[in-house]
Amino acid sequence: MISTTPPGDPFQHRDALSKAVGAERFSTDFSPPGCLWAGARRAGVPHARIKAVHTEEARAVDGVTAVLTGADVPGSNLQGIVHKDQPVLATDTVRHAGDAVALAVAESREALAEALALIRVDLEPLPGVFDPELALAPDAPLVHAGREGGNLLARGLVHKGDARKAMNSCDVVVEGEFETPMQEHVFLEPPSGAARMTAKGGLEMVASTQAPFRDRFEIAHALDLNPMSIRVRAPYLGGAFGGKDGATVQCLLALAALKSDGQWVKMCWSREETFLAGYKRHAARMRVRLGASRRGELQALDCSMYFDSGPYAHLAVEIMALGLEHAGGPYRIPHTRMEGFCVYTNNPVGGAFRGFGVVQASFAIERSMDALAARLGLDPAELRLKNALRTGELNCAGVAMQSPSGAVECLEAMMAHPVWADRSNWKAKAPPFKRRGVGIAASLNAMGYGRGLPDAAAAKLELTREGNFKIFNSVPDMGQGNAPAFVQLAATALNQEASRFEVVQPDTRLCLPAGSSSASRTTYTFGNALLKACEAMREKLKARAALALLADEPSRLRLAPGMVVDDATGRSVPLAMLGAMLQRDDRICVDQCVMPVVENPPDTGKEFRLGFPHRFFAHGACVCAVEADELTGQVALLECVTAVECGKVLSAQGVERQVQGAAAQGAGFALMENLSTEAGHILTGDLSTYLIPTALDLPGLEWVSVDGDEPTGPHGLKGMGEVGIHGPAPAVAQALEDAVGLAIRRVPVEPEDVLRAMRGENA
Amino acid sequence: MSTDITVTFTLNEARVSIETSPGRRVLDLLRGDLGLTAAKEGCGSGECGACSILVDGVAKLSCLMLVAQLEGREVVTAEGLGTVEHPHPIQQAFAQHGAVQCGYCTPGMTIASAELLARTSSPDRAQVREAISGNLCRCTGYVKIVDAVMAAAGAARGEDS
Repeated sequence: MISTTPPGDPFQHRDALSKAVGAERFSTDFSPPGCLWAGARRAGVPHARIKAVHTEEARAVDGVTAVLTGADVPGSNLQGIVHKDQPVLATDTVRHAGDAVALAVAESREALAEALALIRVDLEPLPGVFDPELALAPDAPLVHAGREGGNLLARGLVHKGDARKAMNSCDVVVEGEFETPMQEHVFLEPPSGAARMTAKGGLEMVASTQAPFRDRFEIAHALDLNPMSIRVRAPYLGGAFGGKDGATVQCLLALAALKSDGQWVKMCWSREETFLAGYKRHAARMRVRLGASRRGELQALDCSMYFDSGPYAHLAVEIMALGLEHAGGPYRIPHTRMEGFCVYTNNPVGGAFRGFGVVQASFAIERSMDALAARLGLDPAELRLKNALRTGELNCAGVAMQSPSGAVECLEAMMAHPVWADRSNWKAKAPPFKRRGVGIAASLNAMGYGRGLPDAAAAKLELTREGNFKIFNSVPDMGQGNAPAFVQLAATALNQEASRFEVVQPDTRLCLPAGSSSASRTTYTFGNALLKACEAMREKLKARAALALLADEPSRLRLAPGMVVDDATGRSVPLAMLGAMLQRDDRICVDQCVMPVVENPPDTGKEFRLGFPHRFFAHGACVCAVEADELTGQVALLECVTAVECGKVLSAQGVERQVQGAAAQGAGFALMENLSTEAGHILTGDLSTYLIPTALDLPGLEWVSVDGDEPTGPHGLKGMGEVGIHGPAPAVAQALEDAVGLAIRRVPVEPEDVLRAMRGENA
Repeated sequence: MSTDITVTFTLNEARVSIETSPGRRVLDLLRGDLGLTAAKEGCGSGECGACSILVDGVAKLSCLMLVAQLEGREVVTAEGLGTVEHPHPIQQAFAQHGAVQCGYCTPGMTIASAELLARTSSPDRAQVREAISGNLCRCTGYVKIVDAVMAAAGAARGEDS
C-alpha cells in the first residue's frame, strides 16, 4: 500500500517549481512568432433580432486580415456539450449580452481592437426574460422562437416512496424558499488558445481546456470538419473549476484559423469578456418541505428546484440532475419527491462549476435541516448525525450507497472539533459590539459521470530510451494536481524514484482518449488506467530483462530503482539498457479504466438520458465560526473547518490543498460572491465589482482527514475535487442565525441583511 | 500614435535599451517583445496581481505601468528571482509547501512575497496576509501560500523550515 505523503511532498515538487519560477508555459504564454490575433464582437444586449452586421469599416483597418459573421461559418454553427443550441456566431437572434456576432482577425492586438470597435451591428431589441419562473408564464417572450416546450429546457422528477402522503403524517414539517446566485469561476487565466491549419489540411490547437478529446468533436460539428483531423493540446491550465468545460475559445479560434491561410491565430479573452461570455454557476430557486417524526427521524422531502440556464442548454440538464440527486443531502429519507425545471432566459449562460448543481441543493437541504432542528429543539449536529446515510442505505434518489459512506465519520469528526464542541464558551467571549455564532453542515458529492455514458480513460506509459518513464496524461491538470498524483501512483507501482517520471500533458495526437477533467473523476479513472498500464509495464520489463539475465522464470525478477534485479543470482539489468535495447512499440504499455455504474438503477429520473444516477460519493462536513459587527453589519469568517472522506488519502498535501481551495470558494459564495444582473446586463463585470476572497478575508481553512477506502479506486481513493465546497454556505448561514437571529435563505449574506436583523427588522 | 522613444533600464540584472512607444503597457513589453512570460495577465486592470514585478525593489502591477516609467529603473520579474535550477528561496518554498496549484498567480505571489521579505525578515502571518492581499489566488485559499512565505522567512534566518 502506498503511504500518505507528508508536507514537502516530493511528488508535488517538480511542476510546482517550474510554475513558481515562471518557466511553465500556459496557453496564454503560447505566442508563435508573427501570430495573428482573433477577437469576438459581443452583442452587448440581452435579446434582439440581428438585422445586419456591417463589417466593411473593420475590414478596411490596416492589418486586419478577416472579419467574419455567422454566414462565414461552414458547419452547423452550433456548439454544446450535450445539447447543441449555442451558435458560434449568432446569425439572426441575440439571446444574451455575451453572444458573439462577429469575429475579427488582425496582425496586432491594436488593429484587432480597432476593428472590433468598427463592426456595426443593427439590432432590433426584443423583450427578454430574466427570471426562470416568470419565463415559464404562457405569455413570456421566447428565448428560442418556435421551440416546442417554449422556455422550459427540461423538467426532471426524481422520487422514492410517496412523499406527499408521508408528509401529511409527519409530526413536524418545515418549509422554505431558498435562493443562490450565479457565481463566477474567476480562474486566474482567462480563456485562451492558439490555432492554425496545417499544410495537410488538419487543424492544430493549443487551448486552455478541460476536455481536449471532446473539443475535437465540438469543433468538428460546429464547423463541418473531420474530428480526426483536429489536434488539441492542453498545457497546464491556469485554473478552470468547470468554467473551461465546454467551448470557450475553441470554435471561434478554429473558425479564425480556417480563414488564416496556415498562420497561427491567437485568442485571449479579457477579464471583462470572460465575465460577459463565460459560463456561470446556475442561479437557483428552491422550495423545500421537509417532514420528520417528533424524535427527529426524517420522513419526507418534497422540493422543487428552478435552475436559470441562460439562453443555452450547455450542461444545465445534467446539472439539474445532480441537484435533484443530491437534494436530500447525506441523509436517510424514506419518501422523497424532487422536481426540477431548467429554464431558458436571456441571462448569462449557466454552466459547470465545482459542485455542479450540488452546491445549490446542499444549501437548501442544510438550511431546512437547521429549521427542523430549531422546531424540534434538537442540536443541529445531532439531528444530522441521527439521519446520516450509512453504507448500504438508500439515498434520496433510491440508490443504495454501494460505496463506503463516510457521512457519519465526517459529522462525528466535526462534532468533536473544539470549534464546535467549545462553541458556548467562545460565543460568550465575544468582544464589545460583536456577536458570535457557530454553524455546522454536512454534504455529499457524486463523483464521475454517472450512468448513461462510459466514464473512461486510457493511459499510456512509455519507457524512454534513457530508461526513464513518460506518462501520457489524457486529463488536463487545471491546478488540482493530477500530474503529481499520477507520478506518485506510477512511481510507487514501479518502485522507482519520482525523478524518473515525466508527465506529458494532454495532446490528442500523443495521448489516448479520456473524458474531461471534471466531476472529481480524473484521479480515479486515469489513475486506475495508469495502474493497469504500470502492471503491464512491470511484467514486460521483467520479461525483457529475463532475456538479458538468462533467467528462465521472469516472475522471480523484481523492479528496483533504475533496474530489474534477479535476487537469485544477484545480477541486474539497468532500465537504461532496456530502454536502449527495446523498440519503441515494445517500450509502451497502455490500458484503460471505465468507471463502474449503479448496478440496479431505481425506476426514477428517466428523463435524464445520461449522468443519473451515480454510484460513488465523497462525503464532507464543515463547521464555521463567524463574528458579526453590530455597528457595520460586516461578517468575519473566523474559523472554517472541513472534514472530508474521499476514500483512502494518498497525498495528505494534495487533499488538503483541494479542501482549502474548495472551502475558499464556498466562503466566497457564502459572504461576497454574487454575479449580479439587471435585465440581462451584468452589473458586476470585473474584479473590482465582483469580489472573491483575498488573503485577508479567509481564516486558516483547517482540514480534518477522515480516512475511507473505496475498493474499486486506485489504492482505495475516490474523487475529492468538489465535496469541500458545499459546507461553508450553509454553515455560515447557520452561524449567522446563531449570532444575530437572521433567518438566512439566500446567499451571499450582505452586511445590510445582518444590520437589519440586529435592528429587529428580520421579516 | 505617439513617437517612439528609447527606454533604458535594468531587467533581471541585464541592461536593456529598447525603442518603443512610451504609452505601451510594461506587461505587453515584457511578455511580447522580451518573451518574459512569468508575469501573467489576469485582469488587465490592477485587481488580481498576477502581473506583479519588482521595480526598484517595490512590487508593482505591470498592467498599470507604461513603458516610459521604466527609464533608469531596476526591474525584476519572477524569472529574475530564480530558475528551476537555481530557484529563489521563496520559489523553492512555494513548491515545497504546496503553495502552487494551477500556478497562474504564483509568479506574482512570489514577487509580492519577495518584497515583503526584503523589508521584514521576521514577518508574522498577519503581515504575510497583508502583503499578498493584492494578489488573488482562486485555487489555494491562501493557507499554504502563507505557510510557504513563513518557511522562506525562517530559512532565511537560518531556521529549519
